[in-house]
Amino acid sequence: MKIAYKALLSGLLGATALTCGSAAMAQDDTLKIGVVTFLSGQAAQSFGVPAADGGKLLVAKMNAGEVPAPFDTVGMGGMQIELVLIDEAGGATVQVQEFRNLVQRENVDVVVGYVGSGDCLAVAPVAEELKQFTILYDCGTPRVFETAEYDYVFRTAAHASMDNIGLARYLKAQGTEVSTFAGINQDYAFGQDSWADFTAAMAQIYPEAEVAAALFPAFGAGQYGTETSALMSAQPDIVHSSLWGGDLQAMVLQALPRGLFQRSEVVLSAADHILPPLGKQMPEGVVIGARGAYGFLAPESDLNTWWFDAYEAEYDVMPVQAPYRMAQALLGLKVAVEKAMADNGGTKPTSEELAAAMQGSTWDSPGGLIEMANANGHQAIQPTAFGKTVKDAEGNIVLEDIVRFDARCVNPPTDVIALDWINEGFPGAQCD
Amino acid sequence: MNLALTILIDGVIYASWLFIVALGLTLVFGVLRILNFAHGGLYALGAYSAAVTVGWFTGHGLDGWFTILAMFIAALAVAVIVTPIIERGLLRFFYGRDEVLILLVTYAVFLMLEDITKLIFGVDPYYVFEPRTLLGNVEIGSLFYVGYDLALIGTAIVCGLAVWLGLRRTRIGKVTLAVIAEPEVAATMGVNVSRIHLLAFGLGVFLAALGGALTAPLISVQPGISVSVVIVSFAVVIIGGLGSIPGAAIGALIVGIARSFAVYKVPEAEIFIIYLVMVVVLIFRPEGLFKPIQARRI
Repeated sequence: MKIAYKALLSGLLGATALTCGSAAMAQDDTLKIGVVTFLSGQAAQSFGVPAADGGKLLVAKMNAGEVPAPFDTVGMGGMQIELVLIDEAGGATVQVQEFRNLVQRENVDVVVGYVGSGDCLAVAPVAEELKQFTILYDCGTPRVFETAEYDYVFRTAAHASMDNIGLARYLKAQGTEVSTFAGINQDYAFGQDSWADFTAAMAQIYPEAEVAAALFPAFGAGQYGTETSALMSAQPDIVHSSLWGGDLQAMVLQALPRGLFQRSEVVLSAADHILPPLGKQMPEGVVIGARGAYGFLAPESDLNTWWFDAYEAEYDVMPVQAPYRMAQALLGLKVAVEKAMADNGGTKPTSEELAAAMQGSTWDSPGGLIEMANANGHQAIQPTAFGKTVKDAEGNIVLEDIVRFDARCVNPPTDVIALDWINEGFPGAQCD
Repeated sequence: MNLALTILIDGVIYASWLFIVALGLTLVFGVLRILNFAHGGLYALGAYSAAVTVGWFTGHGLDGWFTILAMFIAALAVAVIVTPIIERGLLRFFYGRDEVLILLVTYAVFLMLEDITKLIFGVDPYYVFEPRTLLGNVEIGSLFYVGYDLALIGTAIVCGLAVWLGLRRTRIGKVTLAVIAEPEVAATMGVNVSRIHLLAFGLGVFLAALGGALTAPLISVQPGISVSVVIVSFAVVIIGGLGSIPGAAIGALIVGIARSFAVYKVPEAEIFIIYLVMVVVLIFRPEGLFKPIQARRI
């Protein structure tokens, strides 16, 4: 009986060891990525869902080895990629808990996420505490690395200062005369920061220009009748806005028949994503930014052509900024994973190895070259572009007068706070 | 144009939209003692339904003024379908319970409506351009106003008067007032109190959905439009006095004009000023401007 009991115990232990062994092998064959973005709420339609769609598409193509060179190896370092999609809705406190769940219960290898600046600021210290390699793929606040240093946290997109410096430079490059300008920006961190950057940049590039009005409607206000009247009464040469999503669409729809777009030149720092849904309702002559060189503004390259066509074929709509930024994060991750595996002999890399591989790295993306040049190699800089809406022969809105800016023309040098760099007159900017 | 006149026009347009939405909220509280947080979700349902209905009408050649009719039909359809489900299926079990509990129940309904709306209509935006073009533009001073926006003022007046007079001049309205004042006595006199509750809640749902439907041509209809409207609507009915129709009207006017003034003069305080007004009113009139102390009248 004792022997039989021992045999049974040995058998069980052996089976357990085999199971664990095969599980470990399966884990080594798979890279589990937690992707956090808005799947519900106001940012879902404009940013979260397109980014998730872009991520799913790119991962499917990577797993099949169908991404063009130099990304044409299967998966990441030969590992198949498994996505765990998490909704970013609920606020920073919820996201901190979700982050812990991803790391400690789901056992993801990498977290890629966060559109909301508040979520990035809240999650980054937790990633550091858990020593979890984390990529912030979208959020715009410059403060992530201006107010703290991290070993495990990276941001693969430029922060929002680039958008507003670029807009001011675009106006100058187009020879636009500006004696007065006004702004309508949402009353939260992104809107306030965008207006601060734009006014500071305008003070350097158009020192004679004066602010005619600065409006800060609530996030999600939906009604912009009064703001439209105030902007039209002020009659500025330029109206600047960092509104996005449904708020921006509502503002355009409400202001258009009242003549705001005829009375002033409207410049929008983050508006490319409203072009497909608004279609022919979008007025001409509006300066459009995409928080990067994305969509209509993307540079010509085989990689961009492949990405644009693949996304359009899959979802029957052109890719806008959100899927582009997700794609550049995942491509950067692939580069880091494969570099780390080349250094460690081909095993699945740890968070430390991934961080070492990504720090200061560069890679091509559909939107241009991404360089992890700032914040000690943790913050990306990238080129950007702006264009002006015009109707093509079929009446569809496209962009013309596209002007591209080198990454070092519109992003501050490493370890320099963006607003200080602007106020000092962009020392060291490389604009040619 | 004179700045004061501009502020007044913008403020009254905003107040009109706000009043149409807040009217249903205050009516439901007045009759059923329910702080209906789900009002925002019903507003969103109205907007989505209007977008779909107007699209269907124009797709079948019924454009122009038929699109306005389509918006009213959409709001009515929301009321007819949703009212029995929420009122009969859920809220009636909580009548007489603590108002905080009912607020939590309606908040749960609000959250469910957010997801149900997404399940039905998806996350892609809907657009309803046509109704807003019907009335053209009106030039006032140096500014152009869209006729549709100005027509909201008339619509709000008609809605407010219809509900107010309906309660005072019709038999069903007087019965409703009796139920508000003394539900037990009304029941013993043969009044079907349950039916009055259903009708009042249905009217509240219709007004919420109508607010959403009338707003649809101004916005892109997409997830998330329900949150801000319900918060500012609560501010309006609290300022005016919960359950008071004239209070909701005055509250909406105060909020609308205060907000409009802030946009021109202190734009940093555009959001703050609405709640500043609310706080000031509550300091001096904790029951709101129009609500008699310890009375339940509408």
